[in-house]
Amino acid sequence: MLAAAFSDFMQQVVSGLASGGIYALLALALVIIHRSTGVINFAQGEMALLSTYIAWTLTFNHGWSYWPAFVATLAISFAGGIGIHRVVIRPVERGSLLRIVIVTIGLLVAINGFVVWQWSGEPQQLQSPFGTETYDIGGVVVSAHDIGTIAVAVGIVLLLWGLFQFTKVGLALRATAVNPEEARLVGVRVTWMLALGWGLAALLGAVAGMLTAPTVGLDPNMMAAVLIYAFAAAVLGGVDSPIGAVVGGLLIGVLLNLLSYLSQYGAFDWFTEELRLPMALLVILGVLLVRPQGIFGRPAVKRV
Amino acid sequence: MKTLLELDSVAARYGPVQALHDVSLVVREGEVVAVLGANGAGKTTTLRAISGTVARSGAIELDGRQLKGGPEAAARSGIAHVPEGRGTFVDLTVAENLRLGAYTSRSRSVRADTKRIAEYFPWMAERGGQRAGTLSGGEQQMLALGRALMSRPRLLLLDEPSLGLAPMIVREFFRVVGQLNEEGLTVLVVEQDARIALRASQRAYVLEVGRVALTGTSDELRDDESVRRSYLGY
Repeated sequence: MLAAAFSDFMQQVVSGLASGGIYALLALALVIIHRSTGVINFAQGEMALLSTYIAWTLTFNHGWSYWPAFVATLAISFAGGIGIHRVVIRPVERGSLLRIVIVTIGLLVAINGFVVWQWSGEPQQLQSPFGTETYDIGGVVVSAHDIGTIAVAVGIVLLLWGLFQFTKVGLALRATAVNPEEARLVGVRVTWMLALGWGLAALLGAVAGMLTAPTVGLDPNMMAAVLIYAFAAAVLGGVDSPIGAVVGGLLIGVLLNLLSYLSQYGAFDWFTEELRLPMALLVILGVLLVRPQGIFGRPAVKRV
Repeated sequence: MKTLLELDSVAARYGPVQALHDVSLVVREGEVVAVLGANGAGKTTTLRAISGTVARSGAIELDGRQLKGGPEAAARSGIAHVPEGRGTFVDLTVAENLRLGAYTSRSRSVRADTKRIAEYFPWMAERGGQRAGTLSGGEQQMLALGRALMSRPRLLLLDEPSLGLAPMIVREFFRVVGQLNEEGLTVLVVEQDARIALRASQRAYVLEVGRVALTGTSDELRDDESVRRSYLGY
């Protein structure tokens, strides 16, 4: 009984890490844009949704196999993110932040409408590239898709970290986030760096969407809940901290699964699956009240 | 001496506020030129007009070529601007700040340049991993200077480097600037502290409400009792 409870526990942790990895990727996308422009991109989830439909079209309608479609979708999303910044965001970038926020909400509605118009609201199935097998590792049953999801999330996070830490363009991206005016003085083309940030965010979202679809099914509402979890992850980790986004994402994924787990064993027996989303909102609210800068954020200090 | 920088009837405005009316000045290669004047005379705006961070009109030429575009373009044509109030990237490390200074240079000389800078400021090599925001004010000003040098500038613009620093540190700062100048660096420095600036420069311009009121060699200005009293306030 105890052994069964433990392997059950481990199973929940692994699948929590997998969904948490997805939240982490989307939270990272939110953080990248927030750091450079100071706004929360409400369209982040729908951008990911559009990317996922593109991947689905490539595999389903055009017969591509998964990985070529994956790479092509990343490239299209990256270019699309840059395009969105140049065409939609840049014209409203000067002036109040509220204008950009409203534009991202408009973008959310527009992309969702476009997706329904183009692909209808019918749920579609995107195959998992990792297959449907499960493995029994010392009594803990884990699915290939969960393991693959964790591996891809870790790989993407490491690549991104390397980009920011060790490349010239990464340094310029960080400099732009810290102090755009100074960055221009040393010769950094700041508007391009902002566009690049949108491109990277769109790419991260695409990965998150393509990893989400195989388990929950592809439909126009797929990313709505994921975006809320990503918000919670970003707020929990600190909305200006990339590390925070990753840790926050994993924590949210695992915590929600552990609540389900505990409710099965009597504790928190009021908890049902329908309460997952409200729990995420509770996390957002709690963090904002208790520690607004999140786990890894530094308190905002206004320079005079 | 060859003219490196020439401003001809330059005006500049912040929205509806005209900050510069008519400024003409010349900086020759190898000189240290000071721009003096009271608060609001247009000293900082003059530098900002040169590096393109303010809307401007009139002609600004570097080495006979018209300067156009924003600060990215100015940085690419060899102007290094150290803005008022230090201007380091506080969240980045000392080494990263220096690397950003070399952002526009294509050469693989970043490492060699970092070494050269460490000869002036040995602590920068030892504390390369430290966050710039944790440095003292004087160290941040030195780092801003070091970062400017990393771009191998043809012209260095310094905006109020003495602001908020202890006299000893200001002296040290200008000693390094003097040394760099002897090695051939051309400098245009804006200072509120006329006494220091006139000692460190060969020529100076005095601004008054956005116009050049007076110009001469630094020695002449320093020795002229009436100039000192009416314009420089000491």
